[in-house]
Amino acid sequence: MQHTPATKRATPFWRDERFLQLLGQALFLIAVFGFAWIIINNMRTGLQKQGMTLGFSFISGIAGFDIAELPIVYSRSSTYLQAYTVGLLNTLIVSGIGIFFSTILGVILGVARLSKNFLINRLAALYLELMRNMSLLVFLIFWYQGLFLKLPKIKEAIIWFDSVYWTNRGIGIPWGIPTASYPTFQLFLLSGIFLALIVFFSLQAYAKRTGRAPLTSLWSALAFTVVAIVGWLVLPLKPLELSIPFANGLNLSGGKIFSPEFMALTSGLVLYTAAFIGEVVRSGILAVSNGQVEAARALGLNRFQTLRLVVFPQALRVIVPPLTSQYLNLTKNSSLAVAIGYPDMFYVSNTIINQSGRAVEMIAVVMLTYLTFSLITSLFMNWYNAKIKLVER
Amino acid sequence: MRKSLLFVSLLVVASMLLAACGAPAASEAPAEAAATEAAAPAPAQTVLEVTVPGYGETLKAVQERGKVVCGVNAQVPGFGFVDSAGVFSGFDVDFCRALAAGIFGDPDAVEFRALTSSERFTALQAGEIDVLSRNTTWTLTRDTELTGNFVHTMFYDGQGMMVAADSGFTTLKDLEGGTICVQTGTTTELNLADVMAAEGISYTPAVFEDSNATLAAYAEGRCDAITTDKSGLVSNRASLPDPAAHVIMDVTMSKEPLGPMVRHGDDQWFDIVQWTAFALFTAEEYGITSANVDDVKASATDPNIMRLLGTEPGMGAKLGLSEEWAYNIIKLVGNYEELYNRSLGPDTPTFIPRGFNSLYTDGGLLYAPPFR
Repeated sequence: MQHTPATKRATPFWRDERFLQLLGQALFLIAVFGFAWIIINNMRTGLQKQGMTLGFSFISGIAGFDIAELPIVYSRSSTYLQAYTVGLLNTLIVSGIGIFFSTILGVILGVARLSKNFLINRLAALYLELMRNMSLLVFLIFWYQGLFLKLPKIKEAIIWFDSVYWTNRGIGIPWGIPTASYPTFQLFLLSGIFLALIVFFSLQAYAKRTGRAPLTSLWSALAFTVVAIVGWLVLPLKPLELSIPFANGLNLSGGKIFSPEFMALTSGLVLYTAAFIGEVVRSGILAVSNGQVEAARALGLNRFQTLRLVVFPQALRVIVPPLTSQYLNLTKNSSLAVAIGYPDMFYVSNTIINQSGRAVEMIAVVMLTYLTFSLITSLFMNWYNAKIKLVER
Repeated sequence: MRKSLLFVSLLVVASMLLAACGAPAASEAPAEAAATEAAAPAPAQTVLEVTVPGYGETLKAVQERGKVVCGVNAQVPGFGFVDSAGVFSGFDVDFCRALAAGIFGDPDAVEFRALTSSERFTALQAGEIDVLSRNTTWTLTRDTELTGNFVHTMFYDGQGMMVAADSGFTTLKDLEGGTICVQTGTTTELNLADVMAAEGISYTPAVFEDSNATLAAYAEGRCDAITTDKSGLVSNRASLPDPAAHVIMDVTMSKEPLGPMVRHGDDQWFDIVQWTAFALFTAEEYGITSANVDDVKASATDPNIMRLLGTEPGMGAKLGLSEEWAYNIIKLVGNYEELYNRSLGPDTPTFIPRGFNSLYTDGGLLYAPPFR
């Protein structure tokens, strides 16, 4: 086995490992692009043969249909684009509220699952197993038809404290209606946020300088609340007027009315996703080794401090990446709204496809929108993950 | 050595491309492909053939397949309904059977595709079905932008509104502030918005994906009223637990001409579907039924009837069908009246008086051009 210079020189390029690797990658790229080209070309030829053209000019046509849940002004004479925007905002509302509440419920469930109290522990385990092994679609339909549609009629509404209405037309709760002084009050709120930020950053600087850790978030929240309360008391006309729902003919009026579809979808998504988040939280807490807790206790930290300063920051590193997936799941699962008639983006797009016949364009838009949601959520969570991860020196 | 390796790598390129192109491309000889597609492989020839027919192609495809693929409703008893045994029945379904009887002499040479209202046009556009016979309303937009052609109205309908009998509602104005259940992707949804806007009535739509979900929500009391074509309401009411507790308001919100639809581009197929409808009308007009068609055929002296039944040949060939086509339709499926009574007649739970859907001789709108 002698490597003479002569044989080395003779190594042909097709036996050169670097060349072969490059070739492999090039071939793969060609295959991928070729496949994509075939698919797109196929669609184009198919549409041509059907005499259809692609284009987005239809989006400014009159929609002609009504939508039940309207975060913005919309009527039957609005355009398809406005209809789509309504759906988009509804999806964002459901996802935002869903993520917020499922996180809270998920953390509670995760902690409860680790509780030493037998009853709490077992109940949490039962809930988690039940939810995680259920089909979300089945659950949503059950939740909608079995619970929210079974609520009494308007005339026989269940009323709590003369102000919360439970009916099959929706759930009405008291709500603040902005009055003339509301814009001024908004200024107070803004300065409250500003003050809270100042408090937050100066306390952080203080903590860095002295090594003592004050309750930064608590103090800043307090600063904001104080400014808000002062604003409320100073203004002669109250910025918000309390409106209490009441039965008005065939529907509820006043207050804030949540439709059965919205309630079923949001609460269904929260209950379902919280189960998964609960498991994520549990795994995160269990990933922090017991030695850390013992060390913290030996240093004289109390239980709460141990949890807040030692366990939780370390658990977060394990929790955040799978938590991101759960947030993405929740957002994408909101498209199941179509099964219970809540006008989210997918649902409205379906209607647009039907009334305009533009299936390819609308499906492309829907896919792009979900992709954008997912990428933005991922970017934010990756940034957060990078921020909290172990700083290695 | 060097040459053979180059050849091998070309083979790899070719086989990867072939794998990517899927089954249709695989029929080409790989060696030949490798030889010809050397440097710049051009997959243009391997594009999947989309079988959207031009003139005459639909009939050819149907005959090769041995059956008509027909898009129908599966949830509206009387028009299109599938029972627990998987058997389709209803007025629109029978029209498909008549079409198959005309083409094949066999009313069962049909494959039914159950479609929701939001799937139907895409299925037709994509060539999944040959004809859409699914209580579909004829409108300008659908006739043009959805790249289909409505063939002829088989059922003249109008949109109505059903409410609970004890609600006491009699006019649309009574529904002020109410919630109305409606199915998505329908003209009904658009008419509802139009009519309510015109009358200045505010309402909340509760919109569902299929007619079962819409009816279930109404039955649960989610809505004060449910709206769809009156024919649909009759069939909806029949499937409610207590039909007598619901009334269909005496309000007609729109014209709803329902009929079969075919794709743009194949006029021969359009003609076949259209004259199947006319054969049904004409048979009723001349009093020819599935029971007496043989006697009529044997004894007919009226040239109109002889041309219809093929004893005087020529008509079938012009459609690209056998001369017996109309005879087969009448013999195996019946005339318009038989179709109607089987699904919507007085003996059915979904009885709808014939109204406009009578022959022009009886004051209705059914009028077939002459068979000549």
